[in-house]
Amino acid sequence: MLLRHTPKEIAERSALTVNPAKTCQPIGAMYAALGIHGCLPHSHGSQGCCAYHRSTLSRHYKEPVMAATSSFTEGSSVFGGQANLVQAIDNIFSVYNPEVIAIHTTCLSETIGDDIPQIAKKALADGKIPEGKHVIHVNTPSYVGSHVTGFAGMTKSMVDYFAVSTGTKCNQVNIIPGYVEPSDMEEIRRIVEMLGVQAVLFPDTSRVLNSPQTGRHEMFPKGGVTVEALKSTGDSMATIALGRLASGPAARALDTKCKVPCEILDLPIGLRKTDVFIDTLRRIAGVSVPESLNVERGQLLDIVTDMHHCFYGKTVGLVGDPDQLISLTEFLVSIDMRPIHVLTGTPGKEFENRIREITRDVPRSVNVRAGGDMFLFHQWVKNDPVDLMMGNTYLKYIARDEDIPFIRFGFPILDRVGHSYFPTVGYRGGMRLLEKILDTLLERQDRDAPEERFELVM
Amino acid sequence: MSLEQSVIFDERKDQIHRKGDAPFTMGCNRESLAGAVSQRACVFCGSRVVLYPIADAVHLVHGPIGCASYTWDIRGALSSGPALHRLSFSTDLQEKDVIFGGEEKLYKALVELIDRHAPAAAFVYSTCIVGIIGDDLNAVCARVSREKGIPVLPVQSEGFKGNKRSGYHAACKAMFQLMGKGSTEGISPLSVNLLGDFNLAGEIWIIREYFRQMGIETVANITGDGRVADIRRAHGAALNVVQCSGATMDLAKMMQETFGTPFLRVSYFGVEDMAESLYAVARFFLQRDPAIMDRTRALVREELAVLYPRLQEYRRALEGKKAAIYVGGAFKAFSLVKAFRLLGMQVVLAGSQTGTEEDYQELYEITDEGTIIVDDSNPLELSSFLKEKDVDIFVGGVKERPIAYKLGVGFCDHNHERKEPLEGFVGMLNFAKEVHSSVMSPVWRFVPRSIHRGKEPAFTESLFKAGAECRPN
Ligand code: SF4
Ligand code: SF4
Repeated sequence: MLLRHTPKEIAERSALTVNPAKTCQPIGAMYAALGIHGCLPHSHGSQGCCAYHRSTLSRHYKEPVMAATSSFTEGSSVFGGQANLVQAIDNIFSVYNPEVIAIHTTCLSETIGDDIPQIAKKALADGKIPEGKHVIHVNTPSYVGSHVTGFAGMTKSMVDYFAVSTGTKCNQVNIIPGYVEPSDMEEIRRIVEMLGVQAVLFPDTSRVLNSPQTGRHEMFPKGGVTVEALKSTGDSMATIALGRLASGPAARALDTKCKVPCEILDLPIGLRKTDVFIDTLRRIAGVSVPESLNVERGQLLDIVTDMHHCFYGKTVGLVGDPDQLISLTEFLVSIDMRPIHVLTGTPGKEFENRIREITRDVPRSVNVRAGGDMFLFHQWVKNDPVDLMMGNTYLKYIARDEDIPFIRFGFPILDRVGHSYFPTVGYRGGMRLLEKILDTLLERQDRDAPEERFELVM
Repeated sequence: MSLEQSVIFDERKDQIHRKGDAPFTMGCNRESLAGAVSQRACVFCGSRVVLYPIADAVHLVHGPIGCASYTWDIRGALSSGPALHRLSFSTDLQEKDVIFGGEEKLYKALVELIDRHAPAAAFVYSTCIVGIIGDDLNAVCARVSREKGIPVLPVQSEGFKGNKRSGYHAACKAMFQLMGKGSTEGISPLSVNLLGDFNLAGEIWIIREYFRQMGIETVANITGDGRVADIRRAHGAALNVVQCSGATMDLAKMMQETFGTPFLRVSYFGVEDMAESLYAVARFFLQRDPAIMDRTRALVREELAVLYPRLQEYRRALEGKKAAIYVGGAFKAFSLVKAFRLLGMQVVLAGSQTGTEEDYQELYEITDEGTIIVDDSNPLELSSFLKEKDVDIFVGGVKERPIAYKLGVGFCDHNHERKEPLEGFVGMLNFAKEVHSSVMSPVWRFVPRSIHRGKEPAFTESLFKAGAECRPN
């Protein structure tokens, strides 16, 4: 057994994390920055971090991931990274020529205490930032929060640096899609367009990290929100932020900075959460929901109706990021499944409260943990096995050891494709989730059925 | 301005050489340029890849979570027994630890780990931040070692203190502390340690088997499928066989100085190098066992008899195709150049992240006229070279793969993500098969890179125009 070193008895740990269910802030910031058109993320620290973040994103998306690094040396760690960063800005604009450089820090530069805005000012004063080009930044100390925090921070920076209110409102809505896949961002945009609403979606990694095969390697692919669009967010009528943790800070910043009112919603995963999203959008933009969307909703509901006997009472273990898990848990409960182990690596008590609330009526004891790790999750599963698990690729070890059906969901997915192209948000995304759940559960039922119980129609 | 000129930093011009242009000189072994999209990793990464395959030790990353998350079982180093190395242990430093120091947390984490898993040893990796906040790793490790009675070894792998190669060195220093401690009783006079093989896809098992057939005992695997007890008695082996110069060369040197163990540099990639490696070891033991050469010849003959006819089939298909190589250490590039030659293919680009001057000199000597030799390259350069040379296959690592694919070029992972053993005679066959499967894939018919040949890439406008179209009402 791969994880034979995991004992069943749970002992409280205070100093040790085993098999993390989160990673560090900069990778989230890098991912968000890739959702700006023509943007080169820049990691202010030593090259290792940047190499790891790029490799991990590359493995997850199977796409080239471009980012530069300040390449700290011993010298920079003593004297600070100012010289490196100014030189980096100069080099980047002269060779790669991006529209935007989006700087995030690393543990190292944070601990040394480099002041990025001051350094960027110096670069500007030295004439290193060409006319019309931009340098933005976010502080991403990894000893606070998780990759989700870093994503939220960079998304907020887009507001801090770009949003302006000209005093004249324009007829558009800001949509902050949250820390979701490029396919999800695409799907959210599709829904918005179906409603006939003009919107700015940011960040937007679709067509950046799920770009088509063209025979070319483009340093800056076609996708991403433009700087111009980002500027206009300050004049929008309202903001809808999806995912409290990932999108909340940016939405609130827009409200404070440009007086754009915001609605902060849960991610539109599953029937109800998608209803809420669409209804909010409808209300804010004063539009009506087209029949085509109602059809999609009805189709999702139809699958649940047809197969509800398969979902009934099935226990589930979930590992992932808070925004995703809150909506997913709600969806699963709503179709009569029983999420009994729900764990995120990202710290924050609010998560535990919300999951407790959502699973209040689940007739089983439910384990919830924020800031947990996969080792603990595995111990839960050993003590109380489940019918199904959902989480990132690392769950496959547990799935194999405990012989439990498993669906890949979240970040990172290192061993399958699909997540960059097919969404899990919206009604269509809900249908895809149900298809995956049913495939996985019924496949197992077929595999384990004795000959006389092996059924054709299920 | 040609494409190439436009993508190359002035400061990097002497890190790129075209064979035939001018007398060979190479700028290397220097820090990456700030702002470059470097493909390089850090000290910690170097230490981690070297030590991680030791499967009965715990590997604790002292630092914030990321460094541990990204290195959790990403390299397929197989173990035939314990698998502690496949778990990820981190102290997950928090803000208060950064302010007040992480020593106490480290101590607790170690005690907890050792109590639960009873490992044969513990390696504690320091990351950048530990170097800054100044935790006394040595003191904590010494204390735990005293209390728990197992070796607890600090690895000084702060990321910013050099590059991957410094990490190899730190790893060697840590391992060296284990040596000379175990009993060497019963070790055969015909014995070796295998250094610098990490048992990716089970490769070290193949090599051990060759040596077994030659009548040679393998004392310690360093580090693929490695065990602490073996390393503790490694100084009892008659010879160190060192693969891939960078990673464990330092250890071989330390062992030679301290224990007088001689070493041989070898490579297990490709037919020529594999055979020559075995012969070199046989020659070393010839005095002690005159029959060893015959056994070795018989082994090579037998392997080749199986291999050659099948290689010829691949060769017929691959003859004349062009390959590009960009790997971590230059030593591997040498073997690859020869292996491609055996397949009738031509290497038109050869480079590495961390080669030394001698490495590049050697590379220069074995490559053909016109070959581009490059140190510490970046994606823009690499893609412009791939296009210019109209390459059929690119050999690289994780970050290079999607670039090759986007350009419509075949790819072979000769790094962490290899799935089939590429070492040994059978490895050459696997390599040929992998190259063949990618170069000859029908997919390239649909994405012919030739369509774009000669055309400058155009940056296109964003698809999303809502903001741009926004007009005041
Ligand atoms: S923090 Fe330092 S040790 Fe960790 S990955 Fe980054 S460069 Fe390497
Ligand atoms: S945790 Fe910090 S040091 Fe480690 S990879 Fe992340 S940013 Fe780099």
